[in-house]
Amino acid sequence: MTQAELRLCSLLLQEHFGDIVEKVGNSLLRTGPRPLRLLVGDTGLLPDQVKKALCVLIQHNLVRYEVQPRGSVEYEARSERILRILRYPRYIYTAKTLYGDPGELLVEELLLHGHLPMSCAVARVADRLTETMEDGKTMDYTEVSSTFVRLADTHFIQRCPIVSEIPQSTNAPPPPAPALAIDEKDMYVVPRLSLVGKGKRRHSCNEEEEGEHKAKRQKQEGGRSETPPDDGIYWQVNLERFHQHFRDQALVSAVASRMDQTSSEVVRTMLRMSEVTTASGASHTQPLSSNEIFRSLPAGYNIGKQVLDQYLALLADDPLEFVGKSGDSGGGTYTVKVTWGPGASWALPIPFPHPSLILLLLHRFGSRCARIFRLLLRKKHLEQKQVEDFAMIPAKEAKDMLYRMLSENLVSLQEIPKTPDHAPSRTFYLYTVNVMAAARMLLHRCYKSVANLMERRQHEMQENKRLLDKSQRVEAILASMQATGAEVAQLHEVEEMITGPERQQLETLKRNVNKIDASENQVDETIFVLESFIESTMKRP
Amino acid sequence: LSMAGRGRGRGRGQMTFNVEAVGIGKGDALPPPTLQPSPLFPVLERRAAPLPGGEEGEYMLALKQELRRAMRGLPYFVKPGAPRRDIERYSDKYQLSSPVDSAIDWNPDWKRLPRELKIRVRRLRKGRTTSHVPKKYVALDKEETIKKLESLEKKEEEVTSEEEEEKEEEEEGKEEEEEEYDEEEHEEETDYVLSYFDNGESFGPDSDDNGDEAVY
Repeated sequence: MTQAELRLCSLLLQEHFGDIVEKVGNSLLRTGPRPLRLLVGDTGLLPDQVKKALCVLIQHNLVRYEVQPRGSVEYEARSERILRILRYPRYIYTAKTLYGDPGELLVEELLLHGHLPMSCAVARVADRLTETMEDGKTMDYTEVSSTFVRLADTHFIQRCPIVSEIPQSTNAPPPPAPALAIDEKDMYVVPRLSLVGKGKRRHSCNEEEEGEHKAKRQKQEGGRSETPPDDGIYWQVNLERFHQHFRDQALVSAVASRMDQTSSEVVRTMLRMSEVTTASGASHTQPLSSNEIFRSLPAGYNIGKQVLDQYLALLADDPLEFVGKSGDSGGGTYTVKVTWGPGASWALPIPFPHPSLILLLLHRFGSRCARIFRLLLRKKHLEQKQVEDFAMIPAKEAKDMLYRMLSENLVSLQEIPKTPDHAPSRTFYLYTVNVMAAARMLLHRCYKSVANLMERRQHEMQENKRLLDKSQRVEAILASMQATGAEVAQLHEVEEMITGPERQQLETLKRNVNKIDASENQVDETIFVLESFIESTMKRP
Repeated sequence: LSMAGRGRGRGRGQMTFNVEAVGIGKGDALPPPTLQPSPLFPVLERRAAPLPGGEEGEYMLALKQELRRAMRGLPYFVKPGAPRRDIERYSDKYQLSSPVDSAIDWNPDWKRLPRELKIRVRRLRKGRTTSHVPKKYVALDKEETIKKLESLEKKEEEVTSEEEEEKEEEEEGKEEEEEEYDEEEHEEETDYVLSYFDNGESFGPDSDDNGDEAVY
């Protein structure tokens, strides 16, 4: 784990779970798997605090535990999962675009709590949705339940591993930690529950109902303490599935920008059909016959079968190999290539990391540098002189740029000896781009960037703490005054407690914090592309 | 053979390879050597491109900030327990519950966690403190009353461990009955709004020096 990753993980834990959890997580990240005893010693915290922190981290899948052969339990932090906290807004937004408000809130609740039983999640979401509805209206559980089922069917959420039922003899002591396991085939099975009910508002507006409400509430809470029908079955968000969705989105938009809208729709349809049949990490989707594709095209697209076949042929012939032809049965079977590899790196469509690298160069070093970089990607190896000639850049400038890129590890020098003794005067020195190394370097920079952004944002908030507190107090006073029906003049007086320049300051602060937050989201997009690329390249045999 | 490289480029930085191949011509001045780490805030040669705006970006920004705010309020945001006071004060009874180190504020599924992590679950009721005087309403034996008083005193101080679990659960059972029973009556034990109660502690350690009212 690099320092940059460690620092970023620390900041994320601290911002979302507080200092105690951050200390524990940090210690685990730096030292590796530890038992509880040593962890307490390392962190200097109270044992109960460490236990609490571990409970939180395990609840959120950020730490896993393992029973050692000697009987102790070791805890291990999952750094790659901690980094995903940065992506939570993107997961929630995606759920909204696919399944509307119930979907959005279900995913949000599951992310906020780590894992939840279905009954609990549905109840919470129904309550939240009810709050936003007009007076008197409530959200029924069935609508939320059906969205839940759809999320499970499309694998966006999955069941957590369950406690295995080991028959125990009365003599043997119970194991120090439960063994959790789940079968692949059970992961998306929704238990048959009849969840009946409606969402509840937090405050009841009707006086008469109050007495009834309270009685109901107590009964409800009494009911809640009984075991719910799906006790022991917990659900969590399936992050890998969301990542697959992001990749599909990138592929579709790459096709759209390279060809046209219709071809991108064809590819989108093919991807949608293969959503759940493509194993994560597979390089191609399952073969689909053109007949099947034709039947599954969305309703708005009435292109003829022949036209579809032409599009498929075009896509298959494209040197970028988005779509491959795998056979002729059923009018021709086709697959979509879903990994990104240097194999198709001639041109530069969107999902590949090269655009990120090129954009970096463009913005940091200028367009000529970017031109040289593109050239090297295309031609693989070039001598100094050749670079100058092909890029049509004067020698001095070209040299300067090459050295800058060399010092940033974006290009490297490859030696090709002419003679067996490797004499320097008789050796070719070629510039080349090592894509993996460059991608890793850029990823490292991204982690650093986000960490810097977060620290800056926290600094800004800290600097203006006094003013923020004051502003909050004024808001609270205004709210309570309005509730008791104060006059406009009185409200005005209170508002003026915050002076003009102070208001300016608050405005500026808000603008800056928004900008930084938006930047963090932006950098995470690049992180996703680079991580996916590195992961898929390493997986290939 | 290896001596062939020596003597070349005399009076300039000497390298192991033929620098001409890399493009440094004869007589070109090399940049001075770097003797310190790069500056903390390097000069920005070009301004960064503007952030992509748009509905999606705006919504995700709002989501991010909302998430941050929400997570601070959840029980998973672990705060350190309040430091122990040296003197027990009357106002302690009316303070809103502060975090307690030896208790966890949510109810995890203990079946899924290693046994060594189990600590007491604290039931949060608004406006109530976790330690309160046992009520006369509940009929307890003398012995149990004494035991309960003792354990209540110890509750705030002792670190709970697994061996004490049973005692705690027994207490909790009783607490549960009492709490459900007098939840309504107890919230209004005083006429004063609890949040207004300020015992002046925040003003420093010498607030007690004026304990005696002026004697006329």
